[in-house]
Amino acid sequence: MYPERLTKSIQAVEAAREKNIAYEPARMTAQQKEELLKAYHPDYKVEEFEELKIGQNKGQKVPKELCAILQAHSRIKADDVDLTKPDYDVDVLIIGGGGAGSSAAIEAHQAGADVMIVTKLRIGDANTMMAEGGIQAADKPNDSPATHFVDAFGGGHFAAKRELLSKLVCDAPEAIQWLSELGVEFDKDADGNMITTHGGGTSRKRMHAAKDYSGAEIMRTLRDEVLNRNIPVVDFTAAIELIKDDKGQIAGAVLMNMETKELLVARAKTVIIATGGAGRMHYQGFPTSNHYGATADGLVLGYRAGAQLLYAETLQYHPTGAAYPEQIFGALVTEKVRSLGAKLVNANGEVFMHPLETRDVAAASIIRECNDRNNGVETGSGLGVWLDTPMIEKIGGEGTIEKRIPAMMRMFGKYGIDIRKEPIIVYPTLHYQNGGLDITPDGMTTNVKNLYVAGEAVGGIHGRNRLMGNSLLDIIVFGRGAGKSAAAQCKNVTLGKLNLDHVAEFEKEIDKAGIKTDLVSPKLLPDYTNKK
Amino acid sequence: MENMVNIFLFGKKYEVPDNLTIMRAMEYAGYQLVRGCGCRNGFCGACATIYRIKGDRELKSCLACQTKVEDNMYIATLPFFPLVKQVYDIEKVKPTEQIMMQLYPEIYACIGCNACTKSCTQELNVMQYIAYAQRGEYEKCAEESFDCVMCGVCSARCPAGISHPQVAMLARRLNGKYLAPKCDHLEDRVREINDGTFKELIEDLMQKPIDQIKELYNTREIEK
Repeated sequence: MYPERLTKSIQAVEAAREKNIAYEPARMTAQQKEELLKAYHPDYKVEEFEELKIGQNKGQKVPKELCAILQAHSRIKADDVDLTKPDYDVDVLIIGGGGAGSSAAIEAHQAGADVMIVTKLRIGDANTMMAEGGIQAADKPNDSPATHFVDAFGGGHFAAKRELLSKLVCDAPEAIQWLSELGVEFDKDADGNMITTHGGGTSRKRMHAAKDYSGAEIMRTLRDEVLNRNIPVVDFTAAIELIKDDKGQIAGAVLMNMETKELLVARAKTVIIATGGAGRMHYQGFPTSNHYGATADGLVLGYRAGAQLLYAETLQYHPTGAAYPEQIFGALVTEKVRSLGAKLVNANGEVFMHPLETRDVAAASIIRECNDRNNGVETGSGLGVWLDTPMIEKIGGEGTIEKRIPAMMRMFGKYGIDIRKEPIIVYPTLHYQNGGLDITPDGMTTNVKNLYVAGEAVGGIHGRNRLMGNSLLDIIVFGRGAGKSAAAQCKNVTLGKLNLDHVAEFEKEIDKAGIKTDLVSPKLLPDYTNKK
Repeated sequence: MENMVNIFLFGKKYEVPDNLTIMRAMEYAGYQLVRGCGCRNGFCGACATIYRIKGDRELKSCLACQTKVEDNMYIATLPFFPLVKQVYDIEKVKPTEQIMMQLYPEIYACIGCNACTKSCTQELNVMQYIAYAQRGEYEKCAEESFDCVMCGVCSARCPAGISHPQVAMLARRLNGKYLAPKCDHLEDRVREINDGTFKELIEDLMQKPIDQIKELYNTREIEK
């Protein structure tokens, strides 16, 4: 239910609907996009970034909030734990129970390794569960991995590590096949052909989906498979520090029970960081579409252990976060809504951009429309633009919304908004960590032996922006890859004496650099309690 | 100015703004959540919650992240429910009626009370999908249960001890793997990649100067 003061604007949107459906707005030129991003994208706000004073990326700028936790104190001192008496001893330790961690666990287990997952919440509590729109793979006759490569490389501003991107696109069809074989229900027609759509910045319709529960369907299936294989999942237990041995290779992690705060030691021949993203850091004060646990823990653990970050200064702001009602402020409105035909419309009922520009461009364009051109819709708690969802029913026929985006219909329906009949209000929301730890194609970090990374904690697969549907893809491709590599690698590993020397050294560096802070990290969970 | 309402968290009274969800209201009251909080967007099922409005007999259920507080709401979260999850090998099971009888025989003890459907936080027709599972109609069971977030409220209310979300999970996997039509273009493409059909194209892209890829990108043809 919208407040009365929006009636005039809604009427303008309705009046222009037929005309707006027929109207095909031009796509921006490369130069227009560049100028738009520089002026309006949050990544270009220099005052929101700070230079790292210590660690592998010393001298580089990252978001202020990330800088603070990367240079914060450890939660423990070396003598808080007895490393000679590990509570767990495994071949492959996986930190994180989302899509990447679960895929890695299944493949490592398949390869015969002794594998264990630790996760600070439950298995499946992850951004994967919330991915709505779909997963890309070039599996149609008019498409090819090379075309997929060009789309993703361009969409990421030609900054992706090509060896990672080529793995992503070439392994994509097999990833879909693997998921299908596990029982994931992709949308298909009666002949078995995948029903695919465009995403922002794609040149072919290669977005595979499971309604608008794509990530949830994948995640619950992977979780079921992990449980079927009896892979140990230690839940409500966070990794708070990596452990190395006297040869300088990775050797496990210090764990903390989230409820009792008990410290535990996991000894492991290989470790896979699959801790996901950072939306709950609320960079620049943005709301987020992310999971409760998205606090960049893996970046902190890896950085302290000497791993390198790549593109940590680039974040993805999803153009269409819910801006109204306030109970779902920042929640994801899937890009699939635009794939199915809904256009972005300003307060006056005017279409102001092509709906399927890449996410960074679309976000910047919405910010410009609201904050510079003053064509935004005032929601009562901020600005937004209309996303004219009733267009979908006009284009695809009645019932399209219920069939293809039921989760969206439900989310707004709970607050009295029928998206089949009424448009919704959107504004960019912090969505994805483009950057992360630097890896080689086998998933190992570039400079810490036997430390692997998969999923959103990796940097470099997508470059400086990510296309819709390439994240669900990367967690599967690189999750599986890291699981296989770690399972093979652990056969060559003999561990020496375990230590936390790197943690002590990092503390010294903090001191030497003159950093004064009371913060400890990883952050683990955001604090939303009301401070009275 | 915020309107305040009284709520009772596990019986204890707190005054909170009336526009908050139950989850936000708990945080407003001072709870730092660890259990019972996940995606905060209605997809993960971590925040199953039981409530009753004072003076009302009916016990209702919801997701705490998706439901606004009301005045005189008595709230108890249900962050974990001991569902039965049977272990099976997806490669060895077959989509026959027997598999449900083997793994989840309790579904045949359903007494038709419909408490599951009434309690579903996603407003699914839970009893109906269990009926489909009983008959081995896994495609229908999969479709009917598709929006399930596995919060477990249905099972908490079930007198027959059925773990509905796990039954549906099995049905969906059976449907996805065995019953849904095979995708030929996917199999063809995987074969082509394994045969090296795109090797040269990709190798070319790996070497190509950035300017040439930019040109390719900026002039690419976009499928209508």
